[in-house]
Amino acid sequence: MMKSPQLARFQSLIALALMIIALSVLSDKFLTVGNARNILLQISVNLCLSVGMTLVILTGGIDLSVGAILALAGAVAAGLLKNGIGLPMLGVHLEFTTTGAVLAGLLVGLVLGWFNGFTITRLGLPPFVATLAMMSIGRGLTMLWTGGFPITALGPSFGFIGTGYLLGLPMPVWICAALVALFHVVARHTRFGRYVYAVGGNERAALLTGLRVDRIKLGVYTICGVLAGVAGLIVTARLDAADPKAGMGYELDSIAAVVIGGTSLSGGRGSIPGTVLGCLIIGVLNNGLFLLDVSPFWQQVIKGIVILAAVAVDRLGTKRA
Amino acid sequence: MTARTSQGEVILEARNISKSFPGVRALDRVDLQVRAGRLMAVVGENGAGKSTLMNILAGVLQPDEGEIYLDARRVEFANPREAQLAGIAIIFQELNLVPTLSVAENIFLGREPVRRTGLIDYDRMHAQAGALLAELELRIDPHTQVSNLRVGQQQVVEIAKALSFNARIIIMDEPTSALSELEVQHLFSLINRLKRQGVAIIYITHKLDELPHIADDLTVLRDGRRIGSGPLREFSTDQIVRMMVGREPTELYKRTRAEFGDVVLRAEHISLPNPDLPGTRLVDNVSFEVRAGEVLGIFGLMGAGRTELLETLFGLHAGRASGSVHIKGRRIRLDSPSDAIAAGIALAPEDRKLAGLVLGMSVCENTTLPSLERLTRFGLINHSAARALTEQFVSRLQIKTPTIDQPVLNLSGGTQQKVVLAKWLATNPAVLLLDEPTRGIDINAKREIYALIDELARAGLGVVIASSELPELMAVADRIMVMCEGRKTAEFARAEATEEKIMHAALPRSDTAKTNNAGA
Repeated sequence: MMKSPQLARFQSLIALALMIIALSVLSDKFLTVGNARNILLQISVNLCLSVGMTLVILTGGIDLSVGAILALAGAVAAGLLKNGIGLPMLGVHLEFTTTGAVLAGLLVGLVLGWFNGFTITRLGLPPFVATLAMMSIGRGLTMLWTGGFPITALGPSFGFIGTGYLLGLPMPVWICAALVALFHVVARHTRFGRYVYAVGGNERAALLTGLRVDRIKLGVYTICGVLAGVAGLIVTARLDAADPKAGMGYELDSIAAVVIGGTSLSGGRGSIPGTVLGCLIIGVLNNGLFLLDVSPFWQQVIKGIVILAAVAVDRLGTKRA
Repeated sequence: MTARTSQGEVILEARNISKSFPGVRALDRVDLQVRAGRLMAVVGENGAGKSTLMNILAGVLQPDEGEIYLDARRVEFANPREAQLAGIAIIFQELNLVPTLSVAENIFLGREPVRRTGLIDYDRMHAQAGALLAELELRIDPHTQVSNLRVGQQQVVEIAKALSFNARIIIMDEPTSALSELEVQHLFSLINRLKRQGVAIIYITHKLDELPHIADDLTVLRDGRRIGSGPLREFSTDQIVRMMVGREPTELYKRTRAEFGDVVLRAEHISLPNPDLPGTRLVDNVSFEVRAGEVLGIFGLMGAGRTELLETLFGLHAGRASGSVHIKGRRIRLDSPSDAIAAGIALAPEDRKLAGLVLGMSVCENTTLPSLERLTRFGLINHSAARALTEQFVSRLQIKTPTIDQPVLNLSGGTQQKVVLAKWLATNPAVLLLDEPTRGIDINAKREIYALIDELARAGLGVVIASSELPELMAVADRIMVMCEGRKTAEFARAEATEEKIMHAALPRSDTAKTNNAGA
């Protein structure tokens, strides 16, 4: 089993390499520094969500609420930054700095993610159901908070998160790179990470080994929520607007990236680098098809076929092993 | 169920069957003859090729070489369905029923009688199912959902299903392994009735003492070869055992005597209510103690509460169980396995694959899983320390693995059990609880495990070993405690223990047997 994630990663690497070669031949606009930067920027939001999603899926769970959490976190940060918040009971009106708004956005992700973990571990709900409910709750809260209208004109200091550059790379790329590095280390080199794999690999054995399975699950859903909050801040800052409909369907793109990256939906098997590859494959595919002027409708069909192919190849590999 | 063959005639014959899997020759030119109205027992150690042979006869696997003759006509089965239609049914150890469907629906799954409209004819289905069940003397309503039946009853449903195919040959793979004593008796009388009706039965078992009750013929397999075959009366038990293991039967294991130290584990008045049957208890007021260097055996038949007792000591039934547990004289709280581990208790559970190991993880990852706290520096796992710890136990327990990065999935049962032991010994426990530590392990690996237990006891560990194999406990335990239906019924020092005395204490009394039966 240890070999198959590496094998899967290897297969994904070959697929990615083939795509890059093919697209370089087909389009002269593809293999440029500018386009590479563009691809990295485009995948940054999905990557952010997918890192958290990987941890959740490694425990054998799923999180359908990341898109909704993304929207609410972005909207709360934007709303607080723009309008502050009035507390009529105390007769005060709080204004928020950029840092304060960012922290508030992350807090939204943390609380909602923690609540997912709470309903899953304490109330024993299946993750699919618990996070499906949270998806609806998050969307509803976003609509209530924004009244259904985008919150725009957030100012340059907040916008830096989405549009700023550091050493020639966009800020979202730096943020993602940092998160990928951090959570790769967490997954591979910390107790928490090892426990995540153990819980997904065999929950009963993990429990009988004395692991606090509930705490570990609570942890991964909370992390997933916070990372959805980060993604919400990036999306909002890039557009200089919090759109209440932001992040619609992003949970599915994120699950797709994790699965293409070789992580097993039944848990216990997979990796963060695999997920980075999965995001890159989806990103390169979207970008290449766009450059080749393929209709967006066909793009969706092709993306679906890639998901099927990736998982089919992975399954065949596992069966042989 | 009409046998077209008269009693005693050969119905099924396998000739020269060979089958290889990557790296293993599972069957090597094996012959088998099965006669109408007779039971052919197939015995052999684990890995002898019994299951492979049965799977070939039932169409699950195809032989590399050799032929199968049914009524003297050559047959080839591409899948289990073809074998079924030809009249060969197999009842696996793990029953193949859909728990959420009714008894009748299970019996006729895939062959439901339909009305002209194309809808299922439930009246006919239930009537036919009821007739089959009556024939087998199973008094249950065919509407009953299978998940509500006990294992023994489910097995009868499997047999009914086989008969509904007009099966003339029924293959049973260790059918009594999960049955209570009473259910075993019931199964045996059913088997004898089927034989009188002309059904041929192939019966795989480990339990030689079952053979005189049911078997007519015997085949012994060893290492994929047929070692002997013939009418059962021509073989003595000693002969059979010799043929199975290929050597003179000797004592399973000879323990070295150790000096006992202080009491390390004292359990008092442990009780655990049965959530399924309010008012009854899975563990009923059990008290015992274990000294350092001592091996306490717990014997009990299926359902005696051995596993539940160990689980309770390990903190798995927090909030429901009652009683007190002292480790080295200190009373401990048992709210979770992590409490138990912190107090120095380790449990190697009954089912290694489902509960003992994370199969996808490597030897190193499994071994260090409960000890990672010690192996963490600045929040990061110290991989070299983890490897060193694992290497130490790999050599100490002689764990046969190419590297410590090998996923435990690919290791043999005995090696897996050693990894479980390594994992717990690495936590440096005071008490080691072992639940059926040698289940599904071949005899040489068993001896190694016994030697390890011996060594651990001499090193001052208190060991509790729960087992349903009497010879095993007689070989390794210093003291044997017997449980029956949740209660402690006897305790023997090794010197005074005999198999008869122990079995006597383990068998339910007739009054308790009656209450047991009332649930049927």
